[in-house]
Amino acid sequence: MPKPHRPKLAVWKFASCDGCQLSLLDCEDELLAVAGAVEIAHFPEATRATVKGPYDLSLVEGSITTRHDAERIQHIRRSSRFLVTIGACATAGGIQALRNFADVQEYLSVVYARPEYIQTLATSTAIVDHVAVDFELRGCPIDKRQLLEVISAFLAGRRPVTPPHSVCVECKLAGNVCVMVAHGTPCLGPATHAGCGALCPAYHRGCYGCFGPMETPNASSLTHWLRRLGMDDRALQRVYRTFNANAQVFREESERHGP
Amino acid sequence: MAHKTIKVDYLTRVEGEGALKVVVRDGAVESAELKIFEPPRFFEALLRGRAYSEAPDITARICGICPVAYQMSAVHAIENALGVSVTGPLRDLRRLIYCGEWIESHTLHIYMLHAPDFLGYEGAIEMARDHPDIVRRGLALKKAGNAIMSLLGGREIHPINVRVGGFYRAPQRRELQPLADQLAWARDAALETVRWVASFDFPDRERGYEFVALCHDREYPFNEGRIVSSNGLNIGPAQYDDYFEETQIDRSTALHAHIRGGGPYLVGPLARYSLNFDRLSPLAQAAARDAGLGTTCLNPYRSIVVRAVEVLYACDEALRLIDAYEEPEQPAVAVQPRAGIGYGATEAPRGLLYHRYRLEADGTIAEARIVPPTSQNQPSIEEDLRRFIGGWLDLPDEALRHRCEQTVRNHDPCISCATHFLRLEVDRAR
Repeated sequence: MPKPHRPKLAVWKFASCDGCQLSLLDCEDELLAVAGAVEIAHFPEATRATVKGPYDLSLVEGSITTRHDAERIQHIRRSSRFLVTIGACATAGGIQALRNFADVQEYLSVVYARPEYIQTLATSTAIVDHVAVDFELRGCPIDKRQLLEVISAFLAGRRPVTPPHSVCVECKLAGNVCVMVAHGTPCLGPATHAGCGALCPAYHRGCYGCFGPMETPNASSLTHWLRRLGMDDRALQRVYRTFNANAQVFREESERHGP
Repeated sequence: MAHKTIKVDYLTRVEGEGALKVVVRDGAVESAELKIFEPPRFFEALLRGRAYSEAPDITARICGICPVAYQMSAVHAIENALGVSVTGPLRDLRRLIYCGEWIESHTLHIYMLHAPDFLGYEGAIEMARDHPDIVRRGLALKKAGNAIMSLLGGREIHPINVRVGGFYRAPQRRELQPLADQLAWARDAALETVRWVASFDFPDRERGYEFVALCHDREYPFNEGRIVSSNGLNIGPAQYDDYFEETQIDRSTALHAHIRGGGPYLVGPLARYSLNFDRLSPLAQAAARDAGLGTTCLNPYRSIVVRAVEVLYACDEALRLIDAYEEPEQPAVAVQPRAGIGYGATEAPRGLLYHRYRLEADGTIAEARIVPPTSQNQPSIEEDLRRFIGGWLDLPDEALRHRCEQTVRNHDPCISCATHFLRLEVDRAR
């Protein structure tokens, strides 16, 4: 009997912390099953073996911060049937997109003694700003159960189910006490995309926006409530400017509170 | 064979993007370079203007494999600036979450990144075809470390529960009990791991490293201690900048860390073990001796055994901490912002991780400095290549290249960590 064709999976890295691709290796119970269902064709963090493209599914981690990487993603797109971005760096530019609000030359001089050796773009941008993306999986880091859902959905030829509602909904489902209402703790949950399972409120802290803006957030209303809890312009700008600072809604809301 | 260049254009089974180049001339290694082409992310620059309370969340994002290390060095440095000290059960919980990270990170390296070099596989998934039970044991051991991270930190990668002063929520005693059951299994698995890796065939290569690690009066070091070297250095974290410097060398790919007036030094498991053997638990000491290790280890290829001993210790220590745990009255001690400079050094899985912050009166970060272990080890990694590869020049190219890669992996380099202050190679060898 001929061997059934196993789809070829590739994992690619751009500017990032490696945490989202690590999520795949953190699927301790499922990793060997995944490796049986797909052919791991390119995953340098895990194996020296590499199989030439084209690839059926490319998982892309990280943001575009150099001219070379802006070219590299074009090649990857051309050799990938489906391209899925994983994590806040790939979907929104990541924490390194804070340079988009600053002078990158000044950043360079702060960190490096010889900044002339460094080649970098003035911005850190999402993969979707450069090539067409078939699906974006949110999170800083992504949730590994959602990653398995994305891979399974791809294998089954269906759309992944990753609800775009707010963290608030997850809190209600988990039966958490609302930290904002009950304790007056500032929380980005009302505007933040679900996916983490409302972790922070379960640990008595406000959501800080790892998964970026939800589908249709009302950020200005949230800002109003955050201000009533004592946050000034500077604090408001900081709270929207973290790992998803360059996601449109968070970017625009942060810009209302200073340069 | 007058001249030969060995190149690995994309190093695999390491965290991040790097390459290596060894030039051989007239039968001797002329130069060895570990190249970094991962783009910089400018953490020291973007931390300026942020609130002190954000430092653990932001610096965690430097590394997805060792976020707790960044969180710990950050909170200790900031608490040092604010004149706060965290003691008792909260200090123990910090030690416990660090145990989780060591187990998770070391086990990833032992089973998935390093062991395949010794057994002749491209990676752990390929290894699992012949040794499914061994790879499953590794995954389950890694999962035990991640279980500590999940419970105490909220999740395995970029935990959400660590804050300046302690935690957002401290666990109840009964929540820790299931962890203890899992860790009791993990301790046995760690012991089997030590025996397994001790049976590998190790190249007979040693080097007189200058080891640098934290040393503490009573404990194997995680969060606290003096910075000690095998050549007699003994300083507090606040003196780090007086004794260590980075210089940028012509045609080099990175800033190289040196002890002022001295040479390259090594941080990480070999250094920790060799400077703190007597602080390991009796179980870990006995396992190390049975595995053929002395009280110091100068052979970097045996670092896989030392890592396994540290996993065993971390399981043992986690069980002790859980057994002794008493719930704190508050999950965090109160902190008041004030102007000042703070220093922190903790033991990341890959070695000493130094942070320094200067805070303004309202707690805003005015200046940040971060020195990750891999950038400190880079000169030593290159020195290993220069010293060790010479004896293997008769090997066919592919085998020699593999030896070079293995030599780099001995030190578990984390290029994602190192990058934000390593020089970026403009020419990408592809």
